[in-house]
Amino acid sequence: MMSSNSANNLLDEALGFNDDGGGGGGGLLLLIEDRVETSGAFILHHLIKRRLSSPNRPNDVVVFLSFAHPFSHYDRILRKMGCNLGVQKENKRFVYYDMLNLNYPDGEKGAEDLLLSVYGKIQKTVELCSSREGYKNSTIMIDDISLMEVALCGSSNLVLDFLHYCYSLATQFDCLVIILNHEDVYSTMDVPSPLLQMEYLANIVIKAEPLATGLATDVHGQLTVLNKGICQGSGCSKGKIRNFHFRVKENCVEYFYPGSRT
Amino acid sequence: MAAEAISRALRDGALEGEHAPALTIKDSIHAPLGAFVFDHILAQLSSNISSSKSQAQGIVLVAFARSPQFYAELLKSKANDAASLKKWLRIVDCYTDPLGWKSQLAESGIVSNRSTQNATTASLCKNARDLDMLFSSIVELGKEVIRETKGRFAVAIDSVSEILRHASISSAASLLSNLRSHDQVACLFWLFHSDLHEMKASSALEYISSMVACVEPISNTTNGKGMNSENLPLIEQNLGRGKFSVRFKRRNGRIRLMSEELHTEQMGINFVPAFEDYVTSQSLVPKVQFSLQLSEKERNDRAKVVLPFEHQGDGKPIQIYDGRRSVSESKTENKETNAEKMHVNEDSGRGEIIYIRDSDDEMPDSDEDPDDDLDI
Repeated sequence: MMSSNSANNLLDEALGFNDDGGGGGGGLLLLIEDRVETSGAFILHHLIKRRLSSPNRPNDVVVFLSFAHPFSHYDRILRKMGCNLGVQKENKRFVYYDMLNLNYPDGEKGAEDLLLSVYGKIQKTVELCSSREGYKNSTIMIDDISLMEVALCGSSNLVLDFLHYCYSLATQFDCLVIILNHEDVYSTMDVPSPLLQMEYLANIVIKAEPLATGLATDVHGQLTVLNKGICQGSGCSKGKIRNFHFRVKENCVEYFYPGSRT
Repeated sequence: MAAEAISRALRDGALEGEHAPALTIKDSIHAPLGAFVFDHILAQLSSNISSSKSQAQGIVLVAFARSPQFYAELLKSKANDAASLKKWLRIVDCYTDPLGWKSQLAESGIVSNRSTQNATTASLCKNARDLDMLFSSIVELGKEVIRETKGRFAVAIDSVSEILRHASISSAASLLSNLRSHDQVACLFWLFHSDLHEMKASSALEYISSMVACVEPISNTTNGKGMNSENLPLIEQNLGRGKFSVRFKRRNGRIRLMSEELHTEQMGINFVPAFEDYVTSQSLVPKVQFSLQLSEKERNDRAKVVLPFEHQGDGKPIQIYDGRRSVSESKTENKETNAEKMHVNEDSGRGEIIYIRDSDDEMPDSDEDPDDDLDI
């Protein structure tokens, strides 16, 4: 049984993260899919802490687009996990964009212009960081995609365009893009869902689902990490899939293989 | 094999007065190996182009899903140097800035105008929604790589699914049709993900094609949804292996179907005969904890065993009845055997078993038809 406070837990191993919090950069997109019964927010919080807490990577930056919660929400949660987001924000290592209180224009054209300006800010931030000495990786996080779609007048196509641009930025500047989306929002769609588009785009897909046997007190759900492997022009690594259970506690999350808890 | 047949068809190109051969590669999220197939076909065609074995003298690659740098590295890793690539490869870059956002931001000074193109022969496309402009770009770049007036070039589009995000199926179909009927296009191929589109879009693309290559899961997962311990190994297997079925449309209307398996490896993919054919060509012995087959020594010892009715010690060679002897021959033999019989009878007055083996020694469970030797 491993907690998220140890150097590397099952989730980090499945993602290919190193002990120093590095790895998982180099132009990758990580998609977290969750459901009402099993919120995947804890994965986002864990990844924020990992990306900010590594001592060997002092210039790495997390760019966070929030459509779901105010800054204080994340600050409170990360404090309990031992990470001071307020200080990181002041040090310009945690760049927080409040997308909740923006004035969203009507119509798709207005939405596209807004998205263009948001993308411009992200690209500028990433370019600035990459020019600093000792730069290794940046992280771009979006919480969450379904609310982003709502904000953009329901245009999933614009969301996909934005993700495509973030992905090409990630390829250029060695970033990791992390997005959270809700699987059950799209489950009743008759037409092919935009979530499927994102699954194609993503290099790593983490699914947070309830157990097949239903609710339990000791096990809150299961995580399935599908790592498609890295593909570059000169060769590809093999895709892998890992499955394990999790339990969300007050200050941390426990990850363990089925049946391994005593 | 199917993949080789595709490569040959693309290599041979268009006949005079006919549309260029067009290949659709389609896959789905449960067998996401279409991109590997695309890369393989691209590498094969490029190899034929660079060694002047193909009708196409160059290739125009329309990159939506992966960067021009990715393709340049891919083709360099297949023994093409940068100078050679510049002669016959052109890339329409619809990956870096498909909607012109970066250009707009650079013009207004918000971001730097850092070029991402390293020594690739890429032409930036800033409006992926305008398919007429895309068509013109493709044709213009194609003319740069052909060496003679009647020369032709190949076209590869790495994601028609991306085109369909920006444009309607009718515009996309029109683009592909126009390319196919262009008299300077030798061949074209494209990839799309069938589960991202409605049936009519998939059908429209397949109608335009002369070859449809479909990648399907090698293992069907139970109920397709939800992760359980049964599904996971199958899902993982489907990340590395797939069924590869190809439908060829002949000019005379005849359809030819071929299928095989594909396996991903570090340096690309490998095509092998379909699993059912592979199994029948190998031993059918099941994997159990006891030995069902003979070792070399056991086989030799078995060959030395003389069958009970054959060790009469009379020095004659063992005869095998093949069922095809003529009547006269059998009569001759009968005379001989009768003579023997009479001789024996005279000698001992005892009965005798005359045994003529009806076939050579065969292994148990062999597939040999026991009636094969009948002359019916």
